[in-house]
Amino acid sequence: MNDAATTVEPDVLIRLSGITKTYGNGPAAFQALRGIDLSVREGEFVAIMGPSGSGKSTAMNILGCLDTPTSGEYVFDGVHVEHLSRDQRALLRRNYLGFVFQGFNLLARTTAQENVELPLLYRGENTEARHRIGMEALRSVGLAEWAHHTSSELSGGQQQRVAIARAIVTNPKVLLADEPTGNLDSKRGHEIMELLVSMNRDHGITILMVTHEHDIAAYAKRIVHFVDGQIAHDNENGGAP
Amino acid sequence: MMGWTTLLLALREIRRNLMRSFLTVLGIVIGVAAVVTMVTLGNGATQSVSDQISSLGSNLLMLRPGQRMGPGSSSGAPNFKAEDAEAIKTQVGSLKAVAPTVSRTSVVVVGTKNWATSITGSNSDYFTSGNWTLEDGRYFSATEERAGKAVCVIGATVRKELFESHSPVGDTLRIKQFSCEVIGVLAAKGQSAMGRDQDDTVVMPLRTVQRRLTGKQDVTTILISMQDGASTEQVTNQLTVLMRERRKLSDNEEDNFSIRDTKEIAQTLSGAIGTMTALLGAVAAVSLLVGGIGIMNIMLVSVTERTREIGIRLAIGAMEKEVLMQFLTEAVVLSAFGGLVGLLLAAIACYGLASMLSLPFLFSPSINLLAFGFSAAIGVIFGYVPARRAAQLDPIEALRHE
Repeated sequence: MNDAATTVEPDVLIRLSGITKTYGNGPAAFQALRGIDLSVREGEFVAIMGPSGSGKSTAMNILGCLDTPTSGEYVFDGVHVEHLSRDQRALLRRNYLGFVFQGFNLLARTTAQENVELPLLYRGENTEARHRIGMEALRSVGLAEWAHHTSSELSGGQQQRVAIARAIVTNPKVLLADEPTGNLDSKRGHEIMELLVSMNRDHGITILMVTHEHDIAAYAKRIVHFVDGQIAHDNENGGAP
Repeated sequence: MMGWTTLLLALREIRRNLMRSFLTVLGIVIGVAAVVTMVTLGNGATQSVSDQISSLGSNLLMLRPGQRMGPGSSSGAPNFKAEDAEAIKTQVGSLKAVAPTVSRTSVVVVGTKNWATSITGSNSDYFTSGNWTLEDGRYFSATEERAGKAVCVIGATVRKELFESHSPVGDTLRIKQFSCEVIGVLAAKGQSAMGRDQDDTVVMPLRTVQRRLTGKQDVTTILISMQDGASTEQVTNQLTVLMRERRKLSDNEEDNFSIRDTKEIAQTLSGAIGTMTALLGAVAAVSLLVGGIGIMNIMLVSVTERTREIGIRLAIGAMEKEVLMQFLTEAVVLSAFGGLVGLLLAAIACYGLASMLSLPFLFSPSINLLAFGFSAAIGVIFGYVPARRAAQLDPIEALRHE
């Protein structure tokens, strides 16, 4: 990618500067983000917290290249995302990003294996490679023996594990998790968090996670608080509880 | 993403919703089956008509009184006499046979059985001009013709209806008050172009019918068979001149007779059947169009229903054109599959109907290919709108969709 931007701080992967996002226009306009500056280095585990309406989800959509900012700069690994087209952003997501959602978002009536292989399909991997890499990812979340079960046959915790396997199957640089434990009881939630921590620690995947639960945020190394579309605090975290 | 992968995704999606997919393609199946069946049967009917026309006799002209086209003679114009046929035979060149005919419908009785059939009076040229062949016995002789003897040659249907399996030659049948000896049986010819059973006939010498059935010297139709290679135009001209002279028409009077070429009738008939086939095909094509709209309808519903799935695909990194291609491929695979099933159904229907309607089953590769191509094209045309809608969804909105 572009070398010029990476010369200043070699390990900065994500840099947001002066990001704003306004919905609508005229007097009805709503400013969800009012100037966000945020840098994330490779290998970080960042939790984004804040009350609802604070702009954390909007920021997450922009960070995940699903949405574009109204103004400001977003540099991802040296690339100015704000200038990319819809399809270019799709390719960026395909090659560098993985998503984990609160509602799991697995394909219905589809086996765990097929769900995990889906991103590989879009990457153009052949059948043999898809099976091999897909099974490897399922094994890493401990669900190898559930490969042929459809999503409705899996528990919530298992579905989220499949979703994590799907997110990491392409070996992304960044994993974006939006309330990954929101639909799980606390025991399953902590199991999912352990899994995310190990992904971050063992595979060096940078993780950005939105949550409103303090004990979940506590797993992250760094916690960013959003209030009214701005960053209120940005603190290093002592470590896992 | 390669085409193969897109196809795989589409097939997976179709398999996942088997029942809905089946209902979606039903319209296409019926549409394609209807179009192909109509056109195939229409072609069979055309073929059958031209076959029958050629069995009627090649190079055959029909001379009838009056100007009206179509069966029956028009009022006013006088009928012909046997002498007219004699005159034609001697004065017009390049002719093979000239048969003056008069027909009556009458009941024929043999023992306890009776059968209403068409009795035709003519000479032995009748068999030449009509391309008849004998199965049994003989035709009547010139002596029998002149004497107006009560002898007859019967068609295959009359034989089947009135006689047992034994040969009827030498037996007698009764028509009204007179008895008539059967001297020959004609080989079967089947239906005429008009759908009349040509074998349902009894042929006697002209004079016999005139004396015993009609009671008049009239001849209603003169069949004229030309030699091979004779010019229809030239013969028709000579005939016209001769008949105008014999019927004493002055220059300013119109012909009160008509000469029809059987080839011409065949062409008219084939043309009419062709028009009918086109019409039925067009109606069937409309049903194919309705089937296409059905596909669009289901695909649109499917896009709404699968909004979240599309959102997932987009988030994972599917490009707009990949989602478009996936949905388009689904539509095309569905409609093309429907087309194939339709062709299969049409083949079965054509086979069954052709034998029921006793038409030849002419498999036409072109109409099958055309219908299949059309069904696939319908998938593209009607699948495009839903596919584009899917591709242009906002991933954030789509993921939020319940």
